[in-house]
Amino acid sequence: MATPTLTRSTPAAPTTALKIRQPRKRLTVGRVAAVVVAALIAVLWLIPFAWATVTAFKSEADASASKVSWFPPSGFTFDAFVNVFQAGNIPLWTWNSLYTSAAITAITLVISALMAYALSRIEFKGKKVLMVVIIAAIIVPPPVLMIPLFYQMLAFKMIDTSWAIILPQVIHPAMVFVLKKFFDQIPHELEEAAVMDGASRLRIFLQIILPLSRPILAAVAIFVFIGAWNNFLWPFISTNDDSLLTLPVGLQTIKSAYGVQYAQNMASALLAALPLIVVFLFFQRQIIKGVATTGLAGT
Amino acid sequence: MSSSTLSRQTSQPRTTPGPGKAGLSLRRSRDNLNGWAFATPFLVFFLVFLVWPILYGFYMSLTGKSLTGANDSLIGFANYAEAFADAGMWRSLGNTLYFTVISTVPLVLVALVMAALLNIGLPAQWLWRLSYFAPFLLASTVVSLFFVWMYNPQLGLINDFLSKFGIPKVGWLNDPNVAMWSIVIATLWWTVGFNFLLYLAAMQNIPVQHYEAASLDGAGPWRQFFSITLPQLTPTTVMIVLLQILASLKVFDQIYQMTAGGPGGSTRPVVQYIFETGFTGYRLGYSAAISYIFFGLIVLVSALQFVITRRRSA
Repeated sequence: MATPTLTRSTPAAPTTALKIRQPRKRLTVGRVAAVVVAALIAVLWLIPFAWATVTAFKSEADASASKVSWFPPSGFTFDAFVNVFQAGNIPLWTWNSLYTSAAITAITLVISALMAYALSRIEFKGKKVLMVVIIAAIIVPPPVLMIPLFYQMLAFKMIDTSWAIILPQVIHPAMVFVLKKFFDQIPHELEEAAVMDGASRLRIFLQIILPLSRPILAAVAIFVFIGAWNNFLWPFISTNDDSLLTLPVGLQTIKSAYGVQYAQNMASALLAALPLIVVFLFFQRQIIKGVATTGLAGT
Repeated sequence: MSSSTLSRQTSQPRTTPGPGKAGLSLRRSRDNLNGWAFATPFLVFFLVFLVWPILYGFYMSLTGKSLTGANDSLIGFANYAEAFADAGMWRSLGNTLYFTVISTVPLVLVALVMAALLNIGLPAQWLWRLSYFAPFLLASTVVSLFFVWMYNPQLGLINDFLSKFGIPKVGWLNDPNVAMWSIVIATLWWTVGFNFLLYLAAMQNIPVQHYEAASLDGAGPWRQFFSITLPQLTPTTVMIVLLQILASLKVFDQIYQMTAGGPGGSTRPVVQYIFETGFTGYRLGYSAAISYIFFGLIVLVSALQFVITRRRSA
């Protein structure tokens, strides 16, 4: 029985994994019912966005009025957004999130791809043990590490630096195996010629393996980036300095500082949500593929 | 050296055919070096930021270490003994398990329904996918802000909607009997898109011929779903359920931000208990001990997953 995984796709011909087949297009009762149910769920799923948006464009008085309204009595206004930009550090926190997530993604990709290549293509002593240790590491839940990691960062004098946010987040054992599985499928014939010519391992890796692996590298990158961008617990623990906070942690401080300013709260939430929603609109296919591939192969 | 070279020549590697016998041993010993050279960057991070904290955390759990620096001495398993007698720990562990049980069921079922609906081949696929999956891209803080606002007992959208049907105001996050369910609803909205995509991907890998054959035999859509789709999805379902359990056990962010564990500790998960004993109670050693008890639970579930997936693939 074939297990349906998207990792089966060969590097030469990546399957258009999520292209929906459209079998019979008859207009049946069942079909109409399906559309209705799907639409109902979609509306339910969009309401929080819609409600947050409407609130963000209200005046603070309208937002805290006891009568819930989709069309505020005193009309829509940009006040909340203006206030957020004046009062908060949203642009700074967005920048912090951007460069820490980018650094985490870059380091993760480099070290994981090198490791995966070694596990996939090179026969060396101790490889089997290494493999078992890294597989075992997949189950380690990050919350278990927070206490000793915090203490370790204190000892390294890294607390309240960006390094504290970045360095502990670059280890993704599951991603190593996602990459290894992909490298395994690349035909050996492709590198044999290079081996004959006496090309070094590094050269084979850089000039043959990596270019063929763009889809999986993109998938892993997107997956790691989203995770790093949205991570709350570790950046929350490892930074207190207001100028270093990432967006999720910064938002948490805004929430407690403004308390009851609903319009402002929703405006900052929307500003924080915007970058990834835009990224999604641009990279929809890759993101969906990334989730499907890394999610399935991660087990 | 020489003996290992000999043994290497007898066990020819199948995966990397060398350029001939003479070059083989040279290449093999070079590969020993190469292998470790490629592995080193990852291993450095791995040892410093994963293996060492695990070992050090375990050592900490055997001491009376506190953030204020007092009592670094070994006290054996006293922290563990204390934890097992600690009603607070059991309560938070109970909350975590409760959340895991009541969140996993809807997070799997709703994802299945969403994927099944889209798999029929509705128009404007991207629109459905976007609306179901987009919340997954949000940070927990954003999700919490959205839902705290909607759950607001006086000004909230949900109570206002319910009042139109004469349903009295619900204290979504203030009522100890309701708060955990409110968090489950927010979590469902936030993360179901991930499971939905996994299901959708698996469904689209089921060969069309199965359905064509069933169609010829006169099987309707429901019959096809229960006799073809669901059975074909069994490995995916097992995987999603186990991944979901592991994810739910680690719950912290949204609870901390929406209720801070309240009201009256009714939603406080074990990760928050670890966090609080360590960082607000300053008892690092004790906190590490609870971490390890929690770790044990995760290992148990992972072992279960390993056994199940092994049996399936065997």
